[in-house]
Amino acid sequence: MVKEIERAGLPVVHVCTIVPISLTVGANRIVPAVAIPYPLGDPSRTMSEEKEIRRHLVEKALKALQTEVSEQTVFTD
Amino acid sequence: MSYRIVHYINQFYAGIGGEEKADVVPEVREGVVGPGMALKAALGSEAEIVATVVCGDSYFASNIEKATADILEMMKKYKPDAVIAGPAFNAGRYGTACGGVCEAVVKNLNIPAVSGMFPENPGVEMYKKSFYIVETPDSAAGMRAAVPAMAKLVLKLLRGEKIGTPAEEGYIERGIRKNKFYDKLAAERAVDMFTAKLKGEPFVTEYPMPVFDRVAPNPAVKDMKNAVIALVTSGGICPKGNPDHIEASSASKFGEYDITGVMDLTAEAYCTAHGGYDATYADQDADRVLPVDVLRDMEKEGVFKKLHNKFYTTVGNGTAVASAKKFATEIASRLKADGVTAVILTST
Repeated sequence: MVKEIERAGLPVVHVCTIVPISLTVGANRIVPAVAIPYPLGDPSRTMSEEKEIRRHLVEKALKALQTEVSEQTVFTD
Repeated sequence: MSYRIVHYINQFYAGIGGEEKADVVPEVREGVVGPGMALKAALGSEAEIVATVVCGDSYFASNIEKATADILEMMKKYKPDAVIAGPAFNAGRYGTACGGVCEAVVKNLNIPAVSGMFPENPGVEMYKKSFYIVETPDSAAGMRAAVPAMAKLVLKLLRGEKIGTPAEEGYIERGIRKNKFYDKLAAERAVDMFTAKLKGEPFVTEYPMPVFDRVAPNPAVKDMKNAVIALVTSGGICPKGNPDHIEASSASKFGEYDITGVMDLTAEAYCTAHGGYDATYADQDADRVLPVDVLRDMEKEGVFKKLHNKFYTTVGNGTAVASAKKFATEIASRLKADGVTAVILTST
């Protein structure tokens, strides 16, 4: 899906847990997420801590969208 | 004396449980478990499954290095002559795990490994060069076809017999080129092929080209303050009750939902339709998969201009690549028509 959205001309960032699969399907901007059932959260934390984690990941995703890349790039911390 | 085989399967096939148990750590059991029964029958007296290693799919995917190392240690103790993993059919995390385990087995233990997968399983693209993956149908309904083919190939490898072409043996092409002598000159064969093509007759290329379907990255967003950001997910987030009946696996459709005025995805209003991961956490708070709450905050703060008032969702669980492609093409054209600048796509 990520590749078809890119092909249509929209910059897209893939926020996902299994980075090797994202690389295989051809995403260009990749932000690694927390875990499969809660990519942008962590139920072991309080709701407000979770929201901070989520905010941090979304900020990373927006930063990835604002970064020029020439090849598949994984945005780690 | 018969060959010793260790079998790798996931928590589901071991009868431990479904997605709610996908986090279980690797464990080893003596003898056959689950699909090992059918494998044992197909192997006959020539090889014996001495042990079965079981690991949760999510645990493996989230701890690839540690899980692989631990599983190798467990396998080593049984002194295997070969390892069989799966078959994983079209289960993505299971295929990735089978691939990771088999690659490590071939590299570190120097023994043959065989798995079975549907060609669209992401594990195929990742690992087909490292070991033999038998082509299977997309679901466990194909177990009866998959198991004998895997057993046959592993026995051939154990006996050190010559392995034929992918078409002859039923494994997925590994990108290995072999020289072969023909009586006819290359020029004659090329002309034969060309005339067959002109006549619309079938012909087989001697050198299939690898397919690289890559899309170059689009330029970065330069003016985030004026950007419209849209959310798309393969994690199945939808209004509670799944009004469009998006399938829990092998989705045939996507959903488009209006979030005008929605500041937070609450448990009362949203859930997931996805059947390929434990839905507990997404059903409690769908923002964990589709971060609407945080994006609304940032919209208010003026980080970007607007969160697009619609989000798009489907279930990425055994869904055919062709379907996903079709959904995304349609979604992208709608997003473009609505003036969206960039997309955040989340996957579980």
